[in-house]
Amino acid sequence: MSGGPSSFGQGRRLIALLVKEARQILRDPSTGLIAFVLPLILLFLFGFGVNLDTARTGIGLAVRDDSQAASSLARDFAASRWFDVRETGPVSSLGSELMRGRIRGIVVIPDGFGRDVAAGGGTIQIIADGSLPNTAGFVAAYAEGVRASWAAQRDLDQGRPSSFAAPPISVTQRHWFNPELASRFFLVPGSIAVVMTMIGTLLTALVVAREWERGTMEGIMATPVGMGEFIATKVVPYFGLGLCSMALCTLLAVALFRVPFRGSPLALLAISATFLVPALGQGLLISAATKNQFVASQIALLTAFLPTLLLSGFLFEIASMPRAIRALTYAIPSRYVIPQLQTVFLAGDDWGLYLPNMAILLGFGALFFGIAVAVTHRRVA
Amino acid sequence: MIGVRLRAIIVKELWAILRDPRTRITLLAPPIMQLLVFGLATTLEVKNIALGVLDRDGGPWSQEVIERVQGSPNVARVVSLASEDDLRTAIGRQRVIAALRFDPGFSADVASGRGGRMSAVFDGRRSNTAQIVAGYIDRIAAEASASVAHAKAPLAPRGSITINWFNPNLDYPWFTMPSLIAVIAAITTMSMVAQSVARERELGTFDQLMVSPLRVHEILIGKMVPPMMVGAVVATIYLIVIPLLFGVPLTGSVPMFYVALVIYLFALTGIGMFVSVLAATQQQAFLGMFLVAVPAILLSGYASPVDNMPGWLRVVAHINPTTYFLAVADGVFLKAMPPRDVLDNCWPLALIAIVTLSASSSLFRSRME
Repeated sequence: MSGGPSSFGQGRRLIALLVKEARQILRDPSTGLIAFVLPLILLFLFGFGVNLDTARTGIGLAVRDDSQAASSLARDFAASRWFDVRETGPVSSLGSELMRGRIRGIVVIPDGFGRDVAAGGGTIQIIADGSLPNTAGFVAAYAEGVRASWAAQRDLDQGRPSSFAAPPISVTQRHWFNPELASRFFLVPGSIAVVMTMIGTLLTALVVAREWERGTMEGIMATPVGMGEFIATKVVPYFGLGLCSMALCTLLAVALFRVPFRGSPLALLAISATFLVPALGQGLLISAATKNQFVASQIALLTAFLPTLLLSGFLFEIASMPRAIRALTYAIPSRYVIPQLQTVFLAGDDWGLYLPNMAILLGFGALFFGIAVAVTHRRVA
Repeated sequence: MIGVRLRAIIVKELWAILRDPRTRITLLAPPIMQLLVFGLATTLEVKNIALGVLDRDGGPWSQEVIERVQGSPNVARVVSLASEDDLRTAIGRQRVIAALRFDPGFSADVASGRGGRMSAVFDGRRSNTAQIVAGYIDRIAAEASASVAHAKAPLAPRGSITINWFNPNLDYPWFTMPSLIAVIAAITTMSMVAQSVARERELGTFDQLMVSPLRVHEILIGKMVPPMMVGAVVATIYLIVIPLLFGVPLTGSVPMFYVALVIYLFALTGIGMFVSVLAATQQQAFLGMFLVAVPAILLSGYASPVDNMPGWLRVVAHINPTTYFLAVADGVFLKAMPPRDVLDNCWPLALIAIVTLSASSSLFRSRME
C-alpha cells in the first residue's frame, strides 16, 4: 500500500463503507423480518408450541368387569391428572378411535379383575399407540402408575401390609438446575442458537449471494477496497444485528417465559460473539461458493439451520443417535454453543465449560473465513 | 385435452428449474440425505448414556445396584466419582447426565430390613432426557429390591401388561421416517413455488410473461405444476426407500396415500404462491416461505404432540395442512389406515387448498393489473 492512502484514510474508508452497509441493511424490509419478527416467532414456537413435558393424554377405558374394585380403579383413571378419559366402551370401538388418533391409549380392566384383586393380584392391560413412540411409553408408564397407587391405597385401606410401603432399595431423585422439569427452560435458551444461525448464516449467505448474482461484487472488487475491508464491511453489521436479536431473545426469555438467568451477561455476550464468528464465516463461504440466491438459501438451510435444529443436541439427545451421525455432530458448530447457552441460563457461569467450547467455535470460524477468502479470490481472478 | 400454450409453459418452467445442474442437485440430493440423517438421528429415545457413581458405602448392595446399572442396555459408561466435588463437576460439565450416590451404611440398611435409600442427581438442563433416565434408574432399583432375599413376593401377579399397536417395539424411526415425507414435501414444494413469481419479478422477466399470449390462469398453472411434480417425485422416492431400506412397514393403501398427497401438494402450492406474489424479491420470498414453513412443521405434531400445545396454538395446528398429511403418512405406513379415515383427513386438506389457491390466484390477478 506504499504511496496509497494513509492508514488514517483507510480507517475513514472502512468507517464509510460500514455506514453504507449498515444503512443498506436497515433500509431493507427483510432485515427487520429476519432479525426481529422471525426470532419472536421461533421463541414463541419453542416457548409454547413445542412442549416435551408430559401433558394430559386422551385415553379410552374398557371396563369388562362389574366388580367394585374395577369401578373404583376406573374412577381413579377418570380423576387422574395425567389422563383424559375421552371414551369408554368395548375394545373394538376404542380401537378405531386409536386408529384415528382421537385417543392415544386404551386401558382394559379385564374380566375377573375383582376376583384377582380379592386374591391379592389384579392385572390390567394397556394398549398404546406405537405410531407415536414417545407418547406410547408415557401412556404405559403412567397408566401403570395409576394402577400401582390405586393398589397401594387399597392395601392401606384394608389394613394389609402394602407391598409398596417400604421397598428394600429406594431412590431419592433431585434434578439440579431445573427442578420444575420444564422443557421450555432448555428449549428457549437453545432457540437463541437457532436465531443466531438464521442471522449469521442464512441472512448473510442470501445477501452476499445477491451481490454476486447482480454482479455488484465484481464492481466492489474493482475498487481499491481490500479483501479484509470488504469482509469486515459485510460481516460487522450482521454481527451487530445478531447480538441485538440475541439480546431481544434473552429479554423475552426472562421476562415472558420466566427462564432463570443464573450466569452473567458478560458470559452470554462472549458465548454469542464466539458463536457468531463461525456462523458468519459459513454464510460468507456459502455465498462465495454458490453465487446464486436460491442455491445459497437451500444450502444454508441444509447445512446450518436444520443441523442446528435437529443435530446440535437442542431437541434430540446426541448420545442416542447412531454412531455415524454422532461423529457428524462434531462438525456442527452449534453443537458447541447449546451446552453453553443452557449453562449460562440455568446453571450459572462455568468457564471451565465455556472456554474449550469457545476455542473450538473460533477454530471453526477461522477455517470458514479462510476458505471463504480463498474461494472469493479464485472467483474474482 | 391440455392446451398447447399450457403445455408450453409447463415445459418452460420445468426447464427453468432443471436446467441448472446445481439447482437439480439441491432439489434431489437433500431429500435423500435428510431422510438418512434426520430419519435416524431425531429420536427421543435415550441410549448410550454416561452415568456417574459416588459409592461411599462400598458394601454388597451398592455393588449390586452398580452392576445392574452397568448391565443396562441404555447405559454405555459408568464413571466412578471420588467425591461430592467430583460429582458436581461431572454433572456441571455434562460428562454424565446423572449420578447415583450411596451413603455409608446403605448396604447395612438394606440387609437389616430397614430399607436403604440411595440418591440420584440429574442434569436438569436436559430435563427431558433426565426424566427418561430417572425412569430407568427407578426400574433398576425396583429390580434390585426384588432380588433382596426377604422381599415378599405378592400372592398373585399384579401389575399391567402393555401392548403397543402399530409399532410393537416402539422403534422411533418408524414414526420419524413417514413423518419426514410430510415435512420434506412441504419444504421442497413451498420453497420452489415461493421462488417462482418472485424470481421473474426480480429479474424483470415477469413483464415479458404478461405481454405473451398466455392467459393468467395458464401462467399460474404453469408456475404451480412443476414444483408439485418435484414434490410428488420426492414423496415417491421416500415411499419406496423407507420400507425397502429401513424396514418400516407400509400397511395401508398406496392409492389413498397419493390422493391425500396430491391434495396436500395443492394446499402447499397455494400457500407458496401467496408468498411468491406478495414478495418483490427472491430474498423476501425465501424469508416469507421460512416464516410459514417453520411454524407449519413445528406445529404439526412432528416435533411434539398437538395435544401438548395450549388451546390457542391447537387452533393453528388445525388449519395447518402438515398436521393432516402427517396423520395420513403415519396412518398409511403403520396403521393400515382404512380409506374412510384417510378421506376424513383429506376434507380439511381440500378446504385449505381451495382457500389458499383462490386467495393466491385472486392476489395474482390483482397484481397483474
